[in-house]
Amino acid sequence: MKKILAATALAAALWAPAAGASSEAPTPPSVEWSFNGLFGTFDRGQLQRGYQVYAEVCHSCHALSLMAFRNLQQIGFSEEQVAQLAAQFEVQDGPNDEGDMFMRPARASDHVPSPFANEQAARFANNGAYPPDQSLIVKARKGGSDYIHGILVGYRDPPPEGVTLNEGMHFNDYFPGHQIAMAPPLSDGRVEYADGTEATLDQQAKDVTAFLTWVSEPTLEERRRLGISVILFLIVLTGLLYALKRQIWSDVDH
Amino acid sequence: MEAPTWKNPVIGWIDRRLPIFTMMQHDLVDYPTPKNLNYWWNFGSLAGIVLVIMIATGVVLAMQYTPHVNHAFESVERIMRDVNYGWLLRYLHMNGASMFFIVVYIHMFRGLYYGSYKAPRELLWIIGVFILLAMMATAFMGYVLPWGQMSFWGATVITNLFSAIPLVGEYIVTWLWGGFSVDNATLNRFFSLHYLMPFVIFALVFLHLVALHTSKSNNPLGIDVKGPQDTIPFTPYYTAKDMFGLGVFMIVYLGFVFFAPNFFGEPDNYIKANPMVTPPHIVPEWYFLPFYAILRAITFDLFWGLIPAKLLGVIAMFGSIIVLVFLPWLDRSPVRSARFRPIYKQFFWIFLIDCFLLGYAGANPPEGYFVILGQVATAYYFAHFLIIIPLLGFLERPRPLPASISAAVTAKGAGVPARSAAE
Repeated sequence: MKKILAATALAAALWAPAAGASSEAPTPPSVEWSFNGLFGTFDRGQLQRGYQVYAEVCHSCHALSLMAFRNLQQIGFSEEQVAQLAAQFEVQDGPNDEGDMFMRPARASDHVPSPFANEQAARFANNGAYPPDQSLIVKARKGGSDYIHGILVGYRDPPPEGVTLNEGMHFNDYFPGHQIAMAPPLSDGRVEYADGTEATLDQQAKDVTAFLTWVSEPTLEERRRLGISVILFLIVLTGLLYALKRQIWSDVDH
Repeated sequence: MEAPTWKNPVIGWIDRRLPIFTMMQHDLVDYPTPKNLNYWWNFGSLAGIVLVIMIATGVVLAMQYTPHVNHAFESVERIMRDVNYGWLLRYLHMNGASMFFIVVYIHMFRGLYYGSYKAPRELLWIIGVFILLAMMATAFMGYVLPWGQMSFWGATVITNLFSAIPLVGEYIVTWLWGGFSVDNATLNRFFSLHYLMPFVIFALVFLHLVALHTSKSNNPLGIDVKGPQDTIPFTPYYTAKDMFGLGVFMIVYLGFVFFAPNFFGEPDNYIKANPMVTPPHIVPEWYFLPFYAILRAITFDLFWGLIPAKLLGVIAMFGSIIVLVFLPWLDRSPVRSARFRPIYKQFFWIFLIDCFLLGYAGANPPEGYFVILGQVATAYYFAHFLIIIPLLGFLERPRPLPASISAAVTAKGAGVPARSAAE
């Protein structure tokens, strides 16, 4: 028993610096996402609301270059709705018969056009900071969905006492170093939901995070569905193989 | 060995001209195998199966992948999103690499515990060490291909190691890169070599098997086969046992693929490579962490700066694998299995813990007592092979060995020390 205690104490001591390092940015609150766990699925209504938040708010700075508008059919928009949603954006096409590039409304087959022509333009418009592409943001951050949600709701204005912010920076509880260039993007009632859901800050943050989780891993539901059948099949097969092995080995004296 | 006669005239016709069916009968069916192999002996065939899975998924992935700095990251995401079952192929390949190392590390520690590296199996073991080296090169280059942040910076850190070689180091690095930094030329050659290396591994595995079937399998007792009563034919007995082991393995492997596909990965590798932004902590894949810790453990120059710390670290890292080549001669004990080596058995477990501590040190930034931990664990790693194992060969008094495998593992076995038989 003493040994176990000593070992636990040693393990705790070993882990302590890791915990200390992360205390710089506290762990964001864990949200009960519909897609949590082994069998969780996306909430279609939430994803559609989240797309609205992205299109009306985030898109002014953040690209979503890996998503095509046709993908939106997977979250429950009809073909006509997708065509309408796409047509709200303009993309460059061409060259035409005269050799000129031209702008036209986006179609379902187009990817979401990026708000800036290149990284330099994005930095120039954003006080030197580069708003990252959101296509994989949930998989590209430690903490995943909880972290993205935490950033969106983690602003504090004015900042806590004793903290001096650099020019143009904002205080955020969950951003490493606490100083983030992005101004608080969401507030109560920033968008108006068509389905009657009250657009509180937290609701919008959850909806857009769920949407970005889907964009990061659009095959999540298909993967889990297939996985359940595959694993169940393997468990039965392995059971049979064990019985077969026992049967074959029954005449070996060992 | 008598050639079997084939009933089917076509098979008979082929076999008289090219005896592949006789070879298969000889090596996959009749192969006499000790009858006391435990489940730790499943991992060799598992490693072979994972190699085949990796080649199969890799060949299909290569049909969709674009090895260009401007397109590599996007082409992998296209596989994940638009290619039919591309996500499945990619996750099978990604997690397959981790599984390959888990299986091979268990296979190696099994060899260490039961003394499978000792005469007459020295070459079998040494070929295995070369397979490990080839796997590491393949895995390292494969990790660069998705062209994420860790791909790029991992490649930069590891290729830069060669700059530690005196006089010609810088030239070698430029030559490896095909330029003056990790760039398109580097990505192209890594893709080419990543496609080539698995076939080199395949050839080495073939040699590994030829050597195995020449000296035959070791067994948990570590004693030689005394006669036909000690062995059973590989098929059906071990084919059936390996199939069951494969089933259990697939549940674990596919469990990760379907339910935690990014468990072994780094979030940073979902950010496209950016040569202008260095990630705060550059860490290699988990299976390299112990070696990474050894590399970083050397923080001091030797001989008044004649041998700089960086070069020493590189030597230590490669030395930690090369030392395995000499293990058959470092270990002077005539007894193979740790079951009959009471002291070696304890040092085996300490060594295993040491490897985990190295991995833990490698995963953390080289600050504070992680530096000390890495250094102590590195020193112990080498002490295990260069001091403890050679000394044990002289100092340890092994327990008496059973008369034969059959005597030890059957009820009517006579003259067997009961305790060792029961173990």
